[in-house]
Amino acid sequence: MTMTPPLGTPPVAPEREAVIELENVTKVYRTGSLSVAALRGVTLSINEGEYVAIIGPSGSGKSTLMHILGCLDIPTSGGYQLAGEDVSRMSETALAEVRNRRIGFVFQQFNLLPSMTAWQNVELPLSYAGVPRRERKERALEALARVGLAGRVQHRPGELSGGQQQRVAVARALVTEPDLILADEPTGNLDSVSAADVLGLMGDLYAAGRTLVLITHDVEVASAANRVVGIRDGLLTENDTRYLESVR
Amino acid sequence: MSWLETLRTGVNGVRSRGLRSFLTVLGILIGIAGVIVAVGLGEGASSQVTSEINALGSNVLTITPGSSTSSSGIRGALGSASTLTMDDATALSSPVAAPDIKAVAPITSNTEVLTAGSQTATTSVQGTTPAWLPVRGRTLAEGRFIGKQDINEHTAVGVLGATTASELFSRSDPVGQTVDVNGVPVTIVGVLASTGASSSSSSSSSNPDDTLIIPITTGAERIFGGTSRNTLSSIAVQAKSSADLTGAYQEADHLLLQLHGITNPTQADFTITSEASLIAANTSVDHTLTILLGGIAAISLIVGGIGVMNIMLVSVTERIREIGLRKALGATPRVIRRQFLIEASVLGVVGGILGVVAGILCVAYLPGLIGDPISTSPTAAVGALAIALAIGVLFGVYPASRAASLAPIDALRTE
Repeated sequence: MTMTPPLGTPPVAPEREAVIELENVTKVYRTGSLSVAALRGVTLSINEGEYVAIIGPSGSGKSTLMHILGCLDIPTSGGYQLAGEDVSRMSETALAEVRNRRIGFVFQQFNLLPSMTAWQNVELPLSYAGVPRRERKERALEALARVGLAGRVQHRPGELSGGQQQRVAVARALVTEPDLILADEPTGNLDSVSAADVLGLMGDLYAAGRTLVLITHDVEVASAANRVVGIRDGLLTENDTRYLESVR
Repeated sequence: MSWLETLRTGVNGVRSRGLRSFLTVLGILIGIAGVIVAVGLGEGASSQVTSEINALGSNVLTITPGSSTSSSGIRGALGSASTLTMDDATALSSPVAAPDIKAVAPITSNTEVLTAGSQTATTSVQGTTPAWLPVRGRTLAEGRFIGKQDINEHTAVGVLGATTASELFSRSDPVGQTVDVNGVPVTIVGVLASTGASSSSSSSSSNPDDTLIIPITTGAERIFGGTSRNTLSSIAVQAKSSADLTGAYQEADHLLLQLHGITNPTQADFTITSEASLIAANTSVDHTLTILLGGIAAISLIVGGIGVMNIMLVSVTERIREIGLRKALGATPRVIRRQFLIEASVLGVVGGILGVVAGILCVAYLPGLIGDPISTSPTAAVGALAIALAIGVLFGVYPASRAASLAPIDALRTE
C-alpha cells in the first residue's frame, strides 16, 4: 500500500544542502619579510550535486584555493564549512580525518603507489578509515568496476596506460563515498582521447549525484562543468564570461 | 589503521627496497654477532677463572718466602729466598696460637721429568702432607692420597693429577704403576679428580691437574735433594671459614714475624697472598680484553644504527610524494610516524635475529680455531635482540618524525 501524492502538486524538491561554504577566505604566505596574498577574500558556496569548475591561469591562486578546499591547508582568515563542519581552524590530525571521510582527490600526476596493485591503491583510504580487510577489498573492486577497470584490478600502475591510471585514481576518490570529489587538473597529463575519457567519467559521476569540483586552467575542460567560477589575483569572478572570452 | 596493518605496510616497505634493506641489516647483523662473541669470550674466560679458583680451594692463604714490599733496600724477589721452614708450618698448625686456621699444608715443589715406560712428562712435583687435599679442596678420582705413614716412613708413593695421569698412562690404570722421578721409582697410589679447569688454558704451568703429589719427607730426602732439606716453597693455610680469612691472615703474619725475629712488619721475609686475589689480578687482563672487544662490537652496533637512520632518512626524502599522498588520503601524522618507525624496527629486528644466529655459529666454531673457550649466553642473545630493536626504534625516531611532520601540500608538490 502506497501513499500517492495528490495530483497537480509538484514533487517536493529534495533540499539541497551546501557542501562547501567559504566565507571571505584569505591566505597569506610569508617568506621572511615578504608576504604574498594568494587569496584575498574568497566567498564561495557549492551545493550538493553540483559540478563546478574553478578556472584560472597559473599564479591566480587556484592551487591555494584547491589546497584549502581539500583541507590540505587552512586559511589565514575567514571561515570554511565543509558539509556543515567548520574546518578552518582544525588540527592536522583532525584535518586528516576530514580528508579521509569527506574528500576524494584526483591529481594531475595520478599519485598511485607503484608497488601496489590497482585494487590495493583503491583500498588505501579505506584502510586509514579503519574498514575491515574483506569489506575494503569488496568496495575497492566495486569502485574499479564502476570506472570500467574490473579486468585490471591486479595490475600495477606501471602496467596501465595514463588514462587507466587516472581511472584508478578516480576509483580511489570514489571508494569512501565522499561528500566532495576534488579534481586538480585531472586531464593535465593525458592525451586528448584519455582526457575526454576521464571527463566523461566525471560527467557520469555528476549524473549519479556526486558533488564535483574541477580545478583547471583549460577552458575546454572547464566547459564540461555546469558551473564555472573564475579566479584571478586571488579573487573569484562568478561565471566570468569576460575571462572565458579573453582566453578564448 | 591497526598495528597489524601498519606492520604489514612497514614490512612491504622494507621488502620493496631489497638490496638496500639487506645492506642495512648487514650492519646490525655484524654488530650483534660481535656483541655475542665478545660476551661469550668474556664469560668463557671468567668461568675458566672461577673453576681455577675453585680448584685452589676456598678460604686459602698462600705463604711464600721473600718479600713483595721491595720499596726499600735490596730484597730477594718473591719466592727466591729460603726463609720458610717446617717449623713455621708446625707453628701455624697450633690451634692456640692461630685459632682461625683450620689446616696447614707445607709444600715443597720442583719441576721434574717423570718417566713411565716410554712416556715422559715434565710436571710440577709437590711434596706435601695429607692436609693438602682438604686445604686445596681437591678430591680423588681413584686410589688413595698420601698418608701420615708415608710421611713418617719417607715412602716413594705419589698421587697424579688427572692431566698428568692421562699423559703418562693413556691406556692403562695408573694406580699401582711406577713412575721414575730423578732416578727414584715412585709407586702411584691414587689419581686426583679433575678440577674442571680447562686443559687448553694458556697458563699450563699453573694447571692444577698437571702435577705429582708426593710425601714432603720423600721429596726432601730422596727426590729434590738440594741444600736445605727443611726449606719450603710455600705453605697453604686454610681458614675456618671465609669470614675468618682476615683473622687467619693476621695470626699467620704475627706468628711468622715472631718466629723469624722481625720487629718491623715492612721488613717481613715472607709474603701472604690470597690465591683468589692472585687469580683475580691475572684475570683483569682478560677483562680488559673483553671490554675492548665489547667496545668494538658496541661501536659497530652504533654504526649499524646510523646505517638504519641513514636509509630511513633517504627513504623519507625519496618517498615524499608517497607520504603526501597518504596524508591526503587521510593518514594522520601518527600513522605515518608509526609506519616509518616500524620499517626501522623491522630492519633492526631482522638484523638482530640474523646477528644472533651468526653469533651463535661463531661461538660454536671459533673455539676450535682460537683455542679459547666461548660460552653461549641466552641472556646475551636476548639482550642483543632487544638492543637491535632499540637501535631500530631509536635511530628510526628522527626520520619518522620528519616524515610525520611533512605538510601534505609540500609533500605532494615535490616532483
